[in-house]
Amino acid sequence: MNLTLKIWRQSDANDKGKMVDYKVTEISEHMSFLEMMDVLNEQLINKGEEPVAFDHDCREGICGMCSMFINGEAHGPDRGVTTCQLHMRMFKDGDTITIEPFRAKAFPVIKDLVVDRSAFDRIQHAGGYISVNTSGNTQDANATLISKHAADEAMDAATCIGCGACVASCKNASAMLFVGAKVSQYALLPQGQVEAVDRVKNMVAQMDLEGFGNCTNTGACEVECPKGISLENIARMNREFLSANVKS
Amino acid sequence: MSGFFKSSIGRKYAMALSAFFLMFFLLQHFAINILSVFSPDAFNEASHFMGTFWAVQYVLQPILIFGVIYHFVMGFILEARNRSARVKKYAKNNGAANSSWMSRNMIYSGLCILAFLVLHFIDFWFPEINTKYIQGDMSGLLGNGEGFRYYEELAHKFESPLRVGAYVIAFVFLSLHLMHGFSSAFQSAGASSMRKEKLQLFGKAYAIIIPLGFIFIALFHHFNHH
Amino acid sequence: MSVLDSKVPKGPLETKWTDYKNHIDLVNPANKRNIDIIVVGTGLAGGSAAATLAELGYNVKTFCYQDSPRRAHSIAAQGGINAAKNYQGDGDSTYRLFYDTVKGGDYRSREANVYRLAEVSANIIDQCVAQGVPFARDYGGLLDNRSFGGVLVSRTFYAKGQTGQQLLLGAYSAMNRQIARGKITPFNRHEMLDVVKIDGKARGIIARNLVTGEIERHSAHAVVIASGGYGNVYFLSTNAMGSNVTASWKIHKKGAFFANPCYTQIHPTCIPRSGDYQSKLTLMSESLRNDGRIWVPKNLEDVKAIREGKKKPTDLSEDERDYYLERRYPAFGNLVPRDVASRAAKERCDAGYGVNATGEAVYLDFAAAIERYGKEQAKIHGINNASADKIYELGAAIVKAKYGNLFQMYEKIVDQDPYKTPMMIYPAVHYTMGGVWVDYNLMTTIPGCYAIGEANFSDHGANRLGASALMQGLADGYFVLPYTIGDYLSNDIRTGKIPTDTPEFDAAEKEVTDRINFFINNKGEHSVDYYHKKLGKIMWDKCGMSRNAEGLKSAIDEISALRKDFWKNVNVPGTTTEYNEQLAKAGRVADFLELGELFAKDALVREESAGGHFREEHQTEEGEAKRLSEFQFVSAWEYKGEPKDAVLHKEELVYENIEVKERSYK
Repeated sequence: MNLTLKIWRQSDANDKGKMVDYKVTEISEHMSFLEMMDVLNEQLINKGEEPVAFDHDCREGICGMCSMFINGEAHGPDRGVTTCQLHMRMFKDGDTITIEPFRAKAFPVIKDLVVDRSAFDRIQHAGGYISVNTSGNTQDANATLISKHAADEAMDAATCIGCGACVASCKNASAMLFVGAKVSQYALLPQGQVEAVDRVKNMVAQMDLEGFGNCTNTGACEVECPKGISLENIARMNREFLSANVKS
Repeated sequence: MSGFFKSSIGRKYAMALSAFFLMFFLLQHFAINILSVFSPDAFNEASHFMGTFWAVQYVLQPILIFGVIYHFVMGFILEARNRSARVKKYAKNNGAANSSWMSRNMIYSGLCILAFLVLHFIDFWFPEINTKYIQGDMSGLLGNGEGFRYYEELAHKFESPLRVGAYVIAFVFLSLHLMHGFSSAFQSAGASSMRKEKLQLFGKAYAIIIPLGFIFIALFHHFNHH
Repeated sequence: MSVLDSKVPKGPLETKWTDYKNHIDLVNPANKRNIDIIVVGTGLAGGSAAATLAELGYNVKTFCYQDSPRRAHSIAAQGGINAAKNYQGDGDSTYRLFYDTVKGGDYRSREANVYRLAEVSANIIDQCVAQGVPFARDYGGLLDNRSFGGVLVSRTFYAKGQTGQQLLLGAYSAMNRQIARGKITPFNRHEMLDVVKIDGKARGIIARNLVTGEIERHSAHAVVIASGGYGNVYFLSTNAMGSNVTASWKIHKKGAFFANPCYTQIHPTCIPRSGDYQSKLTLMSESLRNDGRIWVPKNLEDVKAIREGKKKPTDLSEDERDYYLERRYPAFGNLVPRDVASRAAKERCDAGYGVNATGEAVYLDFAAAIERYGKEQAKIHGINNASADKIYELGAAIVKAKYGNLFQMYEKIVDQDPYKTPMMIYPAVHYTMGGVWVDYNLMTTIPGCYAIGEANFSDHGANRLGASALMQGLADGYFVLPYTIGDYLSNDIRTGKIPTDTPEFDAAEKEVTDRINFFINNKGEHSVDYYHKKLGKIMWDKCGMSRNAEGLKSAIDEISALRKDFWKNVNVPGTTTEYNEQLAKAGRVADFLELGELFAKDALVREESAGGHFREEHQTEEGEAKRLSEFQFVSAWEYKGEPKDAVLHKEELVYENIEVKERSYK
């Protein structure tokens, strides 16, 4: 199929940037969206133009590196997939596709479609861990029983890939689904209880510092999340945050 | 608790708490107003009680006013902050794909409700305050002394089709606001998903029945006394 | 006597590691504060090593090319992690894990290293649980286990189909704690482009900031390479797009020997290639072979009809199908080790039985499993005379519960419903057992330079068993390197900070800058990918699942010619001082073009078949791999300029605790 692409081009963080139109031809419906972008870039390189910069790595939906806003949605129109898993059969011959970077004040553009998501890392530094040293004589893994239900729920929260689609989709550019998922994973496990109070307070404080917006419960994040992280994680974080503030 | 209400989540709780209070007040307001349809006397009795009982006037009323102002001011502050969290807007943003219109436009439904409240205060609250606390007439009686004035004033206000029209439109926006606001307040307060489905159903019912009821009251009086 | 000293301690196998730990030199806490360590790569090995070294008190700098350590490709590991916990009481033990790993590796790994790996494996699970890794549990709240290919016990711990992700996030969280304490300084979106040697010791690296293009100097008392494997030399593999050999290759060029480059694992169950535009292959977890049956049509007419779309696989009756793994290997059936399953698929496809347009696909069929589970469920639910539809419905639900996410992934990519029609699969490059040669301390032949995880060659011999890569990465990072590195660093407590304004740093930086400037100024005809794809094709055709002397010789010539052309005609757009992915990729492909040639040379020299390395000249009458005792050694290559001039050093492998046997899965 033949497509028109409207792509955000911005040479670096200080550039103003603009949308530029490109044509691509003979795109197979079996291609992934990023393979279509590869075709465009090969075409640009051979013409002596600068290829479009975009983040990508594992190309199997787990590393969380790819990050495009396609036709008004994070990771495009399909559900439960990242951009690298989005296939061209979702589009029709002759379509015009708008491709933009994830936009948020806390995610400044580095170049074209590449954004800086280090704000997520800093939130994790603030408390996204359990303080345990590698000693080689930690207690036996089966010494503390964990109910299957709690383990499964913690796992569901832990599947977050940190791609930032929640922030990109949210009308407020809020990071609460991301932070809620991490807080929830530890809140659901006995190992996470000891530091629970400080963890949620510190992570929320860092989140606020980074300039993310506030959650207004539109639910867009949950719909666009490639891993189906539930809004329940935000509710749980709210409870954890309240109880942490009541306790100290 | 220091700094709690300065944090993003603390403010969510504050919005939710003021919303709970306002939704409860709305229910109470509706319960009294609907009396006017069935029994003018009962309506008069209830209105007089609310208008003169000290706990309502000097405790609940200030809390209500504070709640209303807080909810609006915090709503604007949050909206401003949330807008600043995305400086550069998307060229194409398909919000309808992942969220309801109501959830994305709370600020606009809220502004409509604010405009309505101004009208409502001019219509009822300012005259009430004037009669009771400036002129000092706490009797609640009509000028000629024959019975309570509340029902008469209500019926009189709904004579104008323009006012009734404005009320109807405002209540439609209230419904839209509540359609998202009800369950949103519970989500903000950390309600667990176990209860969420029933809650959402209840919220939808609330968001439709209460504003529809207010519309019914306005139309009822308009057509019955015109 | 070879120049290689493996430094394996004396004494009985069972107590080697404990005795060794009790006697090596340590660095006291006050002195650790004065010692810097660089860790390149932040996957399971690098992430866990960085966190543990920082906990001990060293100052650690980490480098990764991704935007966050959490995105390293360890994250894509699906199935699980092995540990000799024997929670299931099915007879597992440290020795049995050791035995299975050595046998699975076709007796080409170092005995003492593998035993140590098995010994610390149980601790890994304890450590990860303490960190909050949500492993799967049973209804009693205890940890659950799975079974994997090539073993007879259930020792695989898992977190749904995302075990690698959860373990990596565990290591990343341990890193975060140290970053918050200021003990780790992370350099993300940075790529190591050379190692700096001072007085023969590794004392720092030259790195490029991938956002600004700036070239940076970083000094340290030791350098740890944890940059993963080199499967991307094939262009198409299950590796991430950015996975590369550059860090390993740079230290190789500065004196680290490269071991067994030809040992590559081709994973049998991947989604087949669908066209020339393909950028990457996707793995379907080995766990699928627990329930899926692999087959191709018996008759070539049926193959033709299927390819032309005249017949569907479901139209073929049982006796028109060839379940070739069950036919050839009745004892292990569909659960033979990876190398065996891959070769068998290739054998069928080469004979013309491949079932898709490219002729490179076989079926992985769940119909039998769905029916079996369906009947079982009907019995459990007390449904008598259940209809075929009901049985299908009940069975499909069980299959969905077990493999739902994998089936969904398959459907998204191929656009076919694997519940209704068999999956198509084909082998793909997945893991490289070869890597930088290391001694028992995990130190390379450059003093102070270490290699851990997939980047080293150590534990998997000629073939890796499923769920052992995660185990090795974390064992190296959490429990081995942090001890052994102290022995070396104990001599460095008085060295003080290493300055970066020395001639050695100047020279290394100049070399890096010259090369980058060359790429940008060359303005050739062909893109970097053009060369990478060509290299990949040579590698796959001639150094793939089966190899022969003639093909390998021509591969060496072709790669050498391609490399010359690359250095003449490569076209890299943009500038050196910006985010420039093509420039980064050019450097990586340049290194692959050298590695590929050494790979072919190694495969040519190894005149035997072992594990993932199959030489057509060396097979039994039934077409099985034929190992030769005179090749019971590690090939460690010393760099001497062109790859073809590399010098071979042999480390003889001695098996004192295990009997070297014919590896049979029949």
